[in-house]
Amino acid sequence: MLTRLFMSAAMVCALLVPAAHAASDAGSAKMLKSTADHSKFKELKQEFNSGPEVTKACLGCHTEAAKQIHKTEHWKWEYKSPEGQLLGKKHIVNNFCTSITSNEADCNACHIGYGWKDDKFDFSSEVNVDCLACHDTTGKYKKPIGFAGNPVTKDTEYPPGSGKIIRAVDLKDVAQHVGKTSRTTCGACHFYGGGGDGVKHGDLDSSLEAPDKALDVHMAADGNNFVCDTCHDTQGHQVPGSRYAPTAQDKGEAHVRGKEYKTSPTTCQACHGQSPHKKIAKLNDHTDKVACQTCHIPTFARGGVPTKMSWDWSTSGKRAPDGKPLVVKNADSYEIYNGKKGDFVLAENVIPQYIWFNGKVKYTLRGDKIETSNQPVHINSFEGSASDGKSMIWPVKVFRGKQAFDPVNKTLVVTHLAGEDDSAYWTNLNWTKAVAAGMAAVNAPFSGKVDFIETDSTWPITHMVAPAKDALRCNACHAANGRLEKVPGIYIPGRASDHAGWLDTAGWAIAVLTLLGVLGHGLARVLVSKRKH
Amino acid sequence: MTRIYIFKRFERFWHWAQAALIIFMLVSGFEIHGTYVLLGWEKAADLHTTAAWTLIGLWLFAIFWHFTTGEWKQYIPTSKNILGVMNYYSVGIFTGAPHPFRATQLSKHNPLQRLAYLLVKLFINPLIWVSGLAYLYYNELTASKIPAVAGVSLGSIALVHTAAAFMMLAFLLGHLYLATTGHTPLAHIKAMITGWEVDYEPEQDAPRSAP
Repeated sequence: MLTRLFMSAAMVCALLVPAAHAASDAGSAKMLKSTADHSKFKELKQEFNSGPEVTKACLGCHTEAAKQIHKTEHWKWEYKSPEGQLLGKKHIVNNFCTSITSNEADCNACHIGYGWKDDKFDFSSEVNVDCLACHDTTGKYKKPIGFAGNPVTKDTEYPPGSGKIIRAVDLKDVAQHVGKTSRTTCGACHFYGGGGDGVKHGDLDSSLEAPDKALDVHMAADGNNFVCDTCHDTQGHQVPGSRYAPTAQDKGEAHVRGKEYKTSPTTCQACHGQSPHKKIAKLNDHTDKVACQTCHIPTFARGGVPTKMSWDWSTSGKRAPDGKPLVVKNADSYEIYNGKKGDFVLAENVIPQYIWFNGKVKYTLRGDKIETSNQPVHINSFEGSASDGKSMIWPVKVFRGKQAFDPVNKTLVVTHLAGEDDSAYWTNLNWTKAVAAGMAAVNAPFSGKVDFIETDSTWPITHMVAPAKDALRCNACHAANGRLEKVPGIYIPGRASDHAGWLDTAGWAIAVLTLLGVLGHGLARVLVSKRKH
Repeated sequence: MTRIYIFKRFERFWHWAQAALIIFMLVSGFEIHGTYVLLGWEKAADLHTTAAWTLIGLWLFAIFWHFTTGEWKQYIPTSKNILGVMNYYSVGIFTGAPHPFRATQLSKHNPLQRLAYLLVKLFINPLIWVSGLAYLYYNELTASKIPAVAGVSLGSIALVHTAAAFMMLAFLLGHLYLATTGHTPLAHIKAMITGWEVDYEPEQDAPRSAP
């Protein structure tokens, strides 16, 4: 019996040991989830001299990819709103660097194409689609500013004469290691909108590359580890959840597999449904009017990266004693003044503003008349009201600016900021030349005069969802001067400004008079009884 | 001096439980309203709701008790002797006149009490009850598609609820004071605790000396 037991134990060990080896071998080779190892494809075993050469190789197998990309806003940078406005980076003027036109070499480093350097770019070219920007997994693929969306394939001095060398990207290596999109690939552009880390959105910055739970309960690298695509669930390269076409209100149910849905997969409700609060059911009474984000994103820019809250271009132009544009940094080494750009206000852990939002956004576009009597000019305005039945209370970042405009034609202007030429503002700090060049690039009239006008733009806050324990408590809003103090059209218990003043006055007056009456009556009783004795 | 067993055990329990709940709900309710911060809004709202359900439960028992025992008849208003009672509280109480009303088991409340309590039971309480439930179930109301209630704003529900709360507060202040107007300041209160009312006859009690 004993021997038998020993024998079988030995056999088990003999079986187990090599098995364990095999497992660790498989582990070191890292089992692919994909059925294809791109490093084994002969199409990719070649030297690539340019981005389009890589794309050509990709399209050899992924025959429909470029056609799909061509349909996206990621490609077109253009969006026609249901209200008929032509939007997208290609058309709008914002209050950060204001416009991509005439600045393509810099701005379009973030375009998912190769070589959009002016209005001649061929949007119908399949090989101009940049597959690697989104599908790189090595982290080595870079599209530096100044190259119109092209990677650098030979070590290049940039800017010319600066002595700074931009190292070449090994396109073969990158191409052989393509894979799914990641927080890093999406973030390479979306974390850096507005010209730097965290500048534009406030709820998107490099801290989301590997966030902890407190910063983002879904994307937490040590938790659910969502990538962008988990919610922006992309089919055929069509990425849902654009802020140009936002879903302000989702009355749909939680999505389950095997069913077709018309509602966006990006909303909270798409997973959590309409009654997500199990412990405190009363909270579910809020989901018809209050966007989840309002309570569950208590502040934005929470990951240690500040976001820009305002930008005053009108103060730009100062030079340091050495003649270079003056740069002033704060204690954390962030620029708060740059002679090329003006004054900035940065902030972290920002409490959002709250507004009714029904999903409609109206823009002030390039040709629209603007008036100094009507400042700030709303670069975009979020529409909504308590009564339209389509609005929810949303948290937003309101970004304030003071930017160049044409005081004679009364329009926003396109400024030629970046470039090696004489008219670029960042070269010469001359507004008139820079605006003239910018407006010429869009064939728009320019009076020759430049002045500055206050503007604001509104950005939905929807990322950096905190864990439930960090969500806002009741008294954040159910209080006098709470977070929703300025949200009109609803009654919020505890919000003093909602009180009917006459009722409170009358009620307390009656209570006090009753009290005085009975006290007087009682006092009289005491006095009378004293006199008797 | 005779003693009458006037408040039965359930009645006393109902009274004091209701008193505690109403006082607590006034305190927490005005916090929810935004008049002050005491417990914290979240706790105030949570406990106010729990207290509301408790009170509704208590009321259901009380209503059952009133009808099964016939005690509801105690609240039928009467004009008999009403002027005498009013005269007592405005004049007689100061001159040492006897109370014109004698409590008995069949008629434990004087005509003014009957009127006041009836007002509480038939007007203030239902007003609080209905507006409070509408407040709690506002979402269901607006989703109900019943035109009469779906259009009601939370603000107007809150307005009615708050108005009713002020009425209850005024009643409470008056009631607390009038509870001290027995033959001694604590006589009525003792009766409400023990159930036994002392039927006080002043002419037999000459040495009414030190209070």
